[in-house]
Amino acid sequence: MIINVARKELKSMFASPMGWVILSLLMFSFGTYYLNGVNDYFAVMSGAMRPAERTGVTQFVGQMVYGFASFMVLFAVPLLSMRLISEERRSQTLPFLFSAPISLTEIVMGKFLGLVAFLSILVVFIALMLSTLNIWADIDFGFIIANSIGLLLMIASFSALGLYFSSMTQQPVIAAILTFIALFALMFLDRFFAGDPSNMLASLSLTRHFQSFSGGLIDSGDIAYFLLFIITFLTLTVRRLDADRLRG
Amino acid sequence: MNNFTVEATELTRLYGGREAVSNVSFTLSKGQVLGFLGPNGAGKSTTMKMLTGNLAPSNGSVKICGIDMMESPKEAKALIGYLPEMRPLYKELTVDEYLTIAARLHRVSSGSIKKAVEVAKERCGLGHMSKRLIENLSNGYQQRVGIAQAIIHNPMVVILDEPTVGLDPIQIRDIRALIREVGAERSVIISTHILPEVEMVCDHVQIIDKGKLVFNGAIDVLKKHRIGNKLLIGMHNAPSADEMLKIAGVTEAENVSAGLMRVRFADDTAPAESIVQTAVKNGWGLYQIAPDQTSLEDVFVQLTYQEQPVAEQPAA
Repeated sequence: MIINVARKELKSMFASPMGWVILSLLMFSFGTYYLNGVNDYFAVMSGAMRPAERTGVTQFVGQMVYGFASFMVLFAVPLLSMRLISEERRSQTLPFLFSAPISLTEIVMGKFLGLVAFLSILVVFIALMLSTLNIWADIDFGFIIANSIGLLLMIASFSALGLYFSSMTQQPVIAAILTFIALFALMFLDRFFAGDPSNMLASLSLTRHFQSFSGGLIDSGDIAYFLLFIITFLTLTVRRLDADRLRG
Repeated sequence: MNNFTVEATELTRLYGGREAVSNVSFTLSKGQVLGFLGPNGAGKSTTMKMLTGNLAPSNGSVKICGIDMMESPKEAKALIGYLPEMRPLYKELTVDEYLTIAARLHRVSSGSIKKAVEVAKERCGLGHMSKRLIENLSNGYQQRVGIAQAIIHNPMVVILDEPTVGLDPIQIRDIRALIREVGAERSVIISTHILPEVEMVCDHVQIIDKGKLVFNGAIDVLKKHRIGNKLLIGMHNAPSADEMLKIAGVTEAENVSAGLMRVRFADDTAPAESIVQTAVKNGWGLYQIAPDQTSLEDVFVQLTYQEQPVAEQPAA
């Protein structure tokens, strides 16, 4: 049943030009970064004399692309997540889902998975693009896998938050703005506490937990953080929708 | 075990202390079409939302084929097809895509989805619209898509909130035929404020006003309310009321206007013939005689604007 809701979301996403435009623009920008990364690699490495200054091509190009990608999804996710529930609320199509034999949890999970599946196209494309380096170099696939998992978790967390804000309003634009602000704050929270890295609030920052992945490290603590983040916001969304049924 | 398809018990819904629906109870059996009548804001849609599990009742319970909506909502919802007042259509999809999704969400097995979509389209006269975007369809066709999604999984109970709004007369006729067809083997609940429609389509009528059930009974009872034992007689040389009362069966006679007389007669008598004979014999100058019908509108107004207790009437 969750799959059926997710399929419906994917269908709607691809039925409008919005989805295609965002996908293509993002891929274009990632491609540009990849190209620049490869060019810069030669420029930088030819100047690096000592072996200690040299880094692998995977890490050099990968870090550029994945760093940029984690920043770009900050703009992409709110634009895609804003419509998920608010649009249905506005065009009064929610009763269609509510009167079907599916639970609220399944509806929310389905919508969430639909969006994550859509965005994971990007993650797969980036991984494929970086893998083409393997044609003339010997690249570190472990690094790419760790970064892909990190990016996917990051996208999933963004989507969960976006879904929650989308369930709170009838206006997709308001949902997008709220999501963007919240995500922006969460991304850069650790910058505000740069002087005091052990602060509790700093460890709430999403960027901090992405850092270990971007270094090629899969840390179970960071995975747990992302999963908790996702579960929290999905639960809140279910509760918000349940309030509709109870209070009307 | 009773075989009620819908069982609503003391449904009550409060909106911030105000009762939108209060103590509505009724049952519906297989093969019945129930019409829900009421002025705007009477609580028709709210009741329907509660029946379909879109709104939690403040008090009372709903059972669909014996399954409680509160306790096992999924099983109960699987037996219902619902078209809300605002059509829940995804306008960016085509008719086929939308109906396929509807079939899938309503647990139609994946092998028979294609067939279910075809059947639903055929029943609603949408055959040639398959590949059109819902957005580009006319109002009437959008309404048909809405009805198609409500019957696609062949549910036990079909609930349609104002199904004939925005349709042209021919489409209305088609939809009414469809409702009767579905109602023959399943249960249908429709809400409307077009009164003749109720008379044409429904076996049972409920009139709801200010959240309260003011009438609940078979359509025949309402019809009797309406037709009554009354005759309207037009005569050029009208006799006095007393003379009219002498005719066997006539219980009451009153002058409506010059030359027009309204006559009531007792049950199981048909005094029309003897009235005509007497009129001819006495030279009253009879030029018209017809059953006097109170319009359904009048009955409706009577029921909703006079504070009346719930009239539980046995099915005739």
